[in-house]
Amino acid sequence: MAKHQHNNTAVVSHEPSSQVKTIWKVFFILLGITVFEFIIAFVLQPSYLKTSIFVGLTIVKAAYIVGEFMHLKHEAKSLFWAILLPVIFVVWLLLALMLEGGHIFTDRL
Amino acid sequence: MAATVTTESSSTATFDRRSWMGGIEPMKASYGKLMMWFFLISDTFTFSALLVTYGLIRFSFPAYDPAIYGAFKFSNEYWPTPDKVYNALPFLHGLDAPLIFVGIMTFILIFSSVTMVLAVEAGHRMDRADVEKYMLWTIVGGIAFLGCQAWEWSHFIHGTEQGTIIKEIIGGQTVSRTIFGASLVENQYGPPAFADLFFFITGFHGTHVLSGVVLNILIFYRTSFGLYDTRGNYEMVEKVGLYWHFVDLVWVFVFTFFYLV
Repeated sequence: MAKHQHNNTAVVSHEPSSQVKTIWKVFFILLGITVFEFIIAFVLQPSYLKTSIFVGLTIVKAAYIVGEFMHLKHEAKSLFWAILLPVIFVVWLLLALMLEGGHIFTDRL
Repeated sequence: MAATVTTESSSTATFDRRSWMGGIEPMKASYGKLMMWFFLISDTFTFSALLVTYGLIRFSFPAYDPAIYGAFKFSNEYWPTPDKVYNALPFLHGLDAPLIFVGIMTFILIFSSVTMVLAVEAGHRMDRADVEKYMLWTIVGGIAFLGCQAWEWSHFIHGTEQGTIIKEIIGGQTVSRTIFGASLVENQYGPPAFADLFFFITGFHGTHVLSGVVLNILIFYRTSFGLYDTRGNYEMVEKVGLYWHFVDLVWVFVFTFFYLV
């Protein structure tokens, strides 16, 4: 609401704010994680450990993108949970159907 | 959950009329931004449906295991290892560079997300020149990503030089045939379902990138004609920014589940 009230009175500033520092920090974190994922992809043999590392790092990357770039971390708590809760159920569906896929595999043998 | 519909002045004992007269933002976000968030959550469901399908089908096929199948070769008996499939680079024919190209694509998309968030920051400062500059970089990043994906698809469809020999039973007899590349019905890299999922998931994501680029161009155009200066805020940049970050976010998941695992 506050946004609509300062029509045409907003101050123009050509100095980058302190936010810019955070943006670049997040960029280097994302870059670092991706590089690390690449190293893991070639160093480790396929295993549950390797898969869990990938999934864990992906969630960390997603948290930075949604939390900082999409600003969700700084939104009202009700908006934050309105977005996050449905996603938790999606993860449940994903896990359930992956297990189901495993059973299809054993039944095919 | 802190933010329910109450204003600072209201007491819990009396009925607060103002809460029911409109103009209250319980989520402290403007209508447009809220609707963008709700669109994105519905889009999340669509992409999740594709990724859940991928998970189900992936686990219903045997994984490649050197102890059973020996040295790796393409076969439709098992799911291929991604770094054997995605190992080509443009202009460097025959070089084995596993996952390098998709790494470059990931970098391009993350970087365009950064320029987008810098454009949003410039919008908060009402700095039109900066918004234009960063929007332009974001558009360049999006187009570069689409170009890479076009090349990747073309390579995937045309296949490797040797192709893969598959055995089919036609009229009671086993017939050997060499196939090159992948389509929706045939796939030299593995089971046909693998190619189908590749086309559907990266294709659906690519469509999103394309719409994102179109939206970014529209915002850039309107910024450079001073529309948002007249309007007094650059909220449209923020809303389209949300969409663009979402596209980047989906790629993070596609990258992990399609290329790494």
